[in-house]
Amino acid sequence: MWFLLRQLGSAVFVVFGAITLVFFVLYMLPGDPAALVAGPGASPAMIASIQAQLGTNRPLWLQYGDYLWRLAHGDLGTSFTTSEPVISRIWAQFPATLELTICSCAIAIALGVTLGVVSAMFVDRWPDRLIQTGVLFLVSMPSFWIGILLILIFSVLLHWLPAMGSATASQLILPSACLGLNVSGQLERMVRGSVLDVLHEPFVATLRGQGLREFPILFRHVLRNALIPVITLFGVLVGQLLSGAVVIETLFARQGIGRLVVDALNVRDIPVLQGVVLFISVFYVLLNFLIDLSYAWIDRRVRG
Amino acid sequence: MPGSTAESVDEDVSSMSGHILKSTLLAVLGKAPALRLNPKPRRTWRLRGSAAIILPAVIIGVFILCAAAPQWIAPYAPSDMDDNAILAAPSFQHWMGTDQFGGDIATAIIFGARQSILVAFSAIMLGAACGSIIGLVSGYAGGRIDAAMMRLIDIWMAIPPLLLALIVAAALGGGFLSTVIAIASMIVPRFGRVVRARVIGIKILPFITAARTMGASWVWIVGRHILPHTGTVILVLTTVGVADAIIIGASLSFIGLGSNPDQPDWGYMMSEGRNYLTDAWWCATFPGLAITLLVVSVNLLGDALRTRLEPGRERG
Repeated sequence: MWFLLRQLGSAVFVVFGAITLVFFVLYMLPGDPAALVAGPGASPAMIASIQAQLGTNRPLWLQYGDYLWRLAHGDLGTSFTTSEPVISRIWAQFPATLELTICSCAIAIALGVTLGVVSAMFVDRWPDRLIQTGVLFLVSMPSFWIGILLILIFSVLLHWLPAMGSATASQLILPSACLGLNVSGQLERMVRGSVLDVLHEPFVATLRGQGLREFPILFRHVLRNALIPVITLFGVLVGQLLSGAVVIETLFARQGIGRLVVDALNVRDIPVLQGVVLFISVFYVLLNFLIDLSYAWIDRRVRG
Repeated sequence: MPGSTAESVDEDVSSMSGHILKSTLLAVLGKAPALRLNPKPRRTWRLRGSAAIILPAVIIGVFILCAAAPQWIAPYAPSDMDDNAILAAPSFQHWMGTDQFGGDIATAIIFGARQSILVAFSAIMLGAACGSIIGLVSGYAGGRIDAAMMRLIDIWMAIPPLLLALIVAAALGGGFLSTVIAIASMIVPRFGRVVRARVIGIKILPFITAARTMGASWVWIVGRHILPHTGTVILVLTTVGVADAIIIGASLSFIGLGSNPDQPDWGYMMSEGRNYLTDAWWCATFPGLAITLLVVSVNLLGDALRTRLEPGRERG
């Protein structure tokens, strides 16, 4: 119980810190948002009135206090450019990013775990070497280059899959393959290392001594232990997928949170930026919190 | 591991041929190494020994040469626009093709090396310096200072890395320095954590206590006794960090928050080339290949260094 409360407390603290950090970083954004909202050729009086309306002419600490106050009441503010509530803009874009993240996560796990286990089974032999070489390239390729290659092969050359948009399921395949491939490399390395570590534990020698064959040992005993540390990596992976979504949604002209960030950056829409970064950070911290909990639940050694 | 078949194969083969055929056959059949009668280590595909350091180092060297003196290497000047070859496919004149203005892609990649490499190396230097200082101070001081700094790093890491780099780059207004600071900002916390862990391991060793007993100041102890012992971990983190920095730098340029359109780097070239994917695959493909080649080399060098400098920590 104490463990849970402590974890929860630190998660809340971290989210609060992230809100503050993002607020002050975004405050430094160059260019007056009021001038951007007013458009070119607006008179100084008009800009001043928009400033007053947006509240950007007040002292910084007052803006910060006001922001926290509204946040405490569940109000993420309104977009400078579209005057919609930020939260509704986020909710409109979130499903697209969520489906992208889930699909790419599934691809990354399927590929990463399979290759990692195969690699560990054949350690230092040719399948392992082959996989390790492939993985070296996967982790070294920028995600958007993988995306460009996929578009060139499957859209331009073979005409199998659409390269742009986010309306249909077929438009989801290339972006999620791209992100999934990009992340699976790291996952593979982690799984391989973890399986190898467990294979060297004494209980595996005991099982072998008892005459169990390799496959049951691997699937029934080793994998169960080896995948526990991999769970912690899952949180990091989702963070990378969310980061990757920013670039990939731009590349594939998809709807989504990442696209929202890039668009909001271009028009200096600070409330939207704050809202999205807050949203992603909360999602990320919450996920890691749940992972810590599940980790303590799965692996009793952690609770101590 | 199943052993009976390996032994029988071994007997069959050893009567008629030497080690080469036997080991080849065993390798093809994939038998367990523990049962191998041939005690010699097998030749493997992995680069071993100095080759693992020399090959990537040479490739990195070529890239650095491109960055240092592109005019010696590039076939054309970056301002040369061939009006007769707009979006021309790779040929003998333009062996990586040309872009939408008739500029040679190979030339642009060689000239782009300076920007891409300079950004990555400056960022890693800044990030490594700040992160190491945080790690050293936090690890050595311990107590409240340590707790406060680690909470700060927790907050820092609560924002996904590329997103952080993105808003920092935008907040600082673009340009070379802001890109460098943005990339460094995502490298700092990782350095801080790892260096701190290493410092905590070192500071309990007797020689540190001895130095303290002799009345050495904490600056002296951290600078002269602890820092040298964190050297290897900093070096290994740096090579890994360079790889990340190159990719993040390219991603920022790709999104349009790069350093400077006057000096196009590889990420910017790819974002331009993306518009011509259906007509001209070479515009976006070759800059990406350059990034991949450089990052693969950096990673290989990093792995080799890690194996040499941190034995027992090869994995993970």
